[in-house]
Amino acid sequence: MTRTEFWQGNIACAEGALAAGCTFFGGYPITPSTEVAEHMAAKLPKRGGTFVQMEDEIGSIAAVIGASWTGARAMTSTSGPGFSLMMENIGFAAMTETPCVIVNIQRGGPSTGQPTMAAAGDMMQCRFGSHGDYSVIALCPASVQEMYELTVKAFNLSERFRVPVFLMADEIVGHMRERIDVPDSVERVDRVPLEKGTLPFSAGKTGVPGFPAFGKGYGVHVTGLTHDERGYPCATSPKLHEELVLRLVRKVEDARHEIADYEIVNPDAEQVFISYGAPARSVGQVLHDLGNENVGHLRLKTVWPFPEGILRKFPDAKEFLVPELNLGQIAREIERYVDQPVKQLPKLGGDLHTPAELKAALGGLK
Amino acid sequence: MRHEVRFSGFGGQGIILSAVILGRAAVMYDGKYAVQTQVYGPEARGGASMSAVIIDDDPILFPKVMNPDIFVIMSQEGFEKYGSGAPESAVMLLDSTLVHSRPSCRYIEVPATREAKETLGRDIVANIVMIGALVAATKVVGETAIERAILDSVPKGTEALNTKALKRGFELVAQEKTG
Repeated sequence: MTRTEFWQGNIACAEGALAAGCTFFGGYPITPSTEVAEHMAAKLPKRGGTFVQMEDEIGSIAAVIGASWTGARAMTSTSGPGFSLMMENIGFAAMTETPCVIVNIQRGGPSTGQPTMAAAGDMMQCRFGSHGDYSVIALCPASVQEMYELTVKAFNLSERFRVPVFLMADEIVGHMRERIDVPDSVERVDRVPLEKGTLPFSAGKTGVPGFPAFGKGYGVHVTGLTHDERGYPCATSPKLHEELVLRLVRKVEDARHEIADYEIVNPDAEQVFISYGAPARSVGQVLHDLGNENVGHLRLKTVWPFPEGILRKFPDAKEFLVPELNLGQIAREIERYVDQPVKQLPKLGGDLHTPAELKAALGGLK
Repeated sequence: MRHEVRFSGFGGQGIILSAVILGRAAVMYDGKYAVQTQVYGPEARGGASMSAVIIDDDPILFPKVMNPDIFVIMSQEGFEKYGSGAPESAVMLLDSTLVHSRPSCRYIEVPATREAKETLGRDIVANIVMIGALVAATKVVGETAIERAILDSVPKGTEALNTKALKRGFELVAQEKTG
């Protein structure tokens, strides 16, 4: 059963988090993400959860990591400048395999840039922003409905893979209000507890170790230093470091097809748009207006790990067109995997690509 | 049937709330689809504010208003910035207390701020008078739907005042039509 609501995207995100069982929010308000924190501050304590407004964003992600180690389902939300401040501890979360959800309602950058305008300029930062090699999961909602659904999914993926999961939204989707069908209940995946007698960072076949929550009787050392299966620092063994980092990367990358979430329209088309986030709405309008099967659409809800196998689902594609609210961050990722030309359709400044602009990009072929 | 409604006035008049209420009425009580967006800038009280709603029987793809067919204008600056380019086919409701210009499209003069102040005693409900006029003139949502959406959205204790403001908006359009 569902009920209909008319919600803002940021509220849908907060409600999705509550439905997913979020018990801890640590954050620092920043436009255009503030409504997420505001709503959590109003709702979470009444449900027995904890809301903490920290002194800044690196403190926020530190609090989230600490809360997660007590077993909490923990999240934060931010935007550009705050996201940059979080980078050091995002690496710490990846290295310590801490489940957490980080919401980024993207705005125009660099620096303080355009606080009230939409962008998708942090797509590479969320993948590579902290130092060293690691992998993360990033989801991109294109509607208020998906602000809810993908927040739920973010929690479940972070618990399952013990990895930071990013909800990479933008100001347009975060601030618009639209119809949403809210389910009575949602699927909930919990982290697997560490089995007694098993070393805390011993991963086994799944690549994801059991979780020894603080206060449950485990003695665990949690460190950002390269560590062995006991969790003890061991930072000079080339072999151990390589094995650890490869495991952190592979537990995510080897599951990329399972994590992949996407929609395909007109798979036999010769011209195919690939989109994520708000520009997907412009592409949807173009396909609706054209009303034929000559133009296809691959809409990515999962951007990281990049689901490159899906690109092969368009066997007749002669050209891929990639509208993005940045200077081609994901278009270049697509170029790595396909032989066909990839037309970048970057747009900066905060406005969405209009359907007319995208139709013009199709050129004579349509 | 798709409608694109653009509201403009100055910060503090409840321009954004007006759009939220209209979208809420369409979605929650008329079973339609709606998307509400706004110019989200540093405009505080006094600056030109703009918000828009798309209402459709089918799911809405492109979420931004492209060709508004209904304008609700509550300030002169709002008219100049967001109303003066209204196409001939549009209809505009303007607060004749505050807007001095007139568009080239069909328009309805609604003395909303004067009515709110003099008849209702609170100029803060001028936007609700405008919403009443909008619904009576365009039928973009039902009268029951808009009333319920208003009651969902206004502070407790102000329900009677807001309902009165809405009804006053209905009446002003009825008078305009017969007058």
